[in-house]
Amino acid sequence: MPAQPRILLLDDDQDFLDLYREMLSQHLPSAPEVRSVNSGSRALALLDSEPFNLLVVELNLPKMDGLQVLTLARRKHPHLRLVVLTAIRDEQFRTRAYALGVDQYWIKPETDQEMGLFMESIEALVSRESQAGFRGVQSKSLVDIIQLECLSQSSCTLKITNGQTEGKIYIQSGEVVDAELPGTEGESSFQRILSWKNGSFETLPPDPSRVRTIFTSYQGLLLNTAQAIDEAASQEEQPASVAPGAAPNAVNQTSRIAGLLAEVSQSDGIEFILALGPKTSQTQDFWGLDNPKPVTEFTRETLENFRALGDRLQVGELQQIIGTGPQHKVGVAPCGQSELCVGFPPAVTREEMRDSFKHLLTKWAS
Amino acid sequence: MGLLSRFFKPAETALVHLPSGSFTLDRDGEVMTCTLPQSFPEEHLKAIGQHVLTSFRSAKRAQLPLTELSIQYSALKLLARELGSGAIIFLMPQSLNKEPNGKLKKHP
Repeated sequence: MPAQPRILLLDDDQDFLDLYREMLSQHLPSAPEVRSVNSGSRALALLDSEPFNLLVVELNLPKMDGLQVLTLARRKHPHLRLVVLTAIRDEQFRTRAYALGVDQYWIKPETDQEMGLFMESIEALVSRESQAGFRGVQSKSLVDIIQLECLSQSSCTLKITNGQTEGKIYIQSGEVVDAELPGTEGESSFQRILSWKNGSFETLPPDPSRVRTIFTSYQGLLLNTAQAIDEAASQEEQPASVAPGAAPNAVNQTSRIAGLLAEVSQSDGIEFILALGPKTSQTQDFWGLDNPKPVTEFTRETLENFRALGDRLQVGELQQIIGTGPQHKVGVAPCGQSELCVGFPPAVTREEMRDSFKHLLTKWAS
Repeated sequence: MGLLSRFFKPAETALVHLPSGSFTLDRDGEVMTCTLPQSFPEEHLKAIGQHVLTSFRSAKRAQLPLTELSIQYSALKLLARELGSGAIIFLMPQSLNKEPNGKLKKHP
């Protein structure tokens, strides 16, 4: 990415484009190079051919609308910053835009003060180079954030979100006192949260009433966690030893993931679990299924179809599918690079199933 | 020209507002009844219906017969119930400020 930030403006109003191109290029301290286009297809073509840091999009466009442009831009250029700048005051479009992964949603400024705020936010976005990490504080890992909070003797609650899974780390006067994930708490939850490779977080007010379950110092906690992650990584690198001629089911049972599946299924009254890798040919892991092939086909087809439908309707990421039938209840969800299909007995209530499914997704994500 | 172009700016847009409502489908995926506004494209209805019916059939082939499917997106929830060999499908747009049950979210 070039040192001078590059911004692409997309709007069908030429007067607007001229005005904002001039304002952004001449009044921002980072002096970005600003290009403008008046159609979604031209914007996408330009993004394909030249590097940009930021795309500013009006939603209400003829032919290809702004949501379509955002969908394609997010998929093809995951590191591109996206900002909506529109005249549409509609809660639903705001929700859908954020669901598609935009960084900010702005109503076109009408006063000098609003314009000033908009310019400041754009400057903040383009003046930092995009880096991997937890969104909320740029260029900082979760370990950095915890160290910062503990060193400054802060009291706060860190809420960390990874996909659908939400975890919390409670810090009191510079000490980690508890951590929480759906169904678990304490040090194991802390380690699971820290093993997440990406996500987003926000700082919430402290919870002084939180009962302390973690008594290790934060340095000790971070060391233990780093050690656990290293051990897990080294185990993954070692090839699984499988007896020649073993049945496919036996092969799966020997894998580390199959062990996890068995562990989870025992505790949550789950009938079966099927985990699929990102590639069609990738080895499956399953538990509780005699013949995983038809369930594999159902899982792949259903997720693929509804992902395509989500793109078409511009409603953001597919989170999960819950199926209810006379003999089974089924949960299907993408989870990181995997796809999971989990079967529950029909007697399980909807709430129990939702909690159990969420718990499983949390374990899987960790 | 600037003034004229403001008045005669093309008004058509592809931006579609997601409505709340329901529709029913027959076994072939044809829309039978619909409470959604006409502004919501019929192609979208057919696409939703087709994927729902396909999933019900695919589940049956996998020995997992289902009578209800709840599909959760970040900004939309679809609820589909099997009706004979067709289906009734509910569209429920989701809001950042509302819980799935329609209540306003509490912010700390």
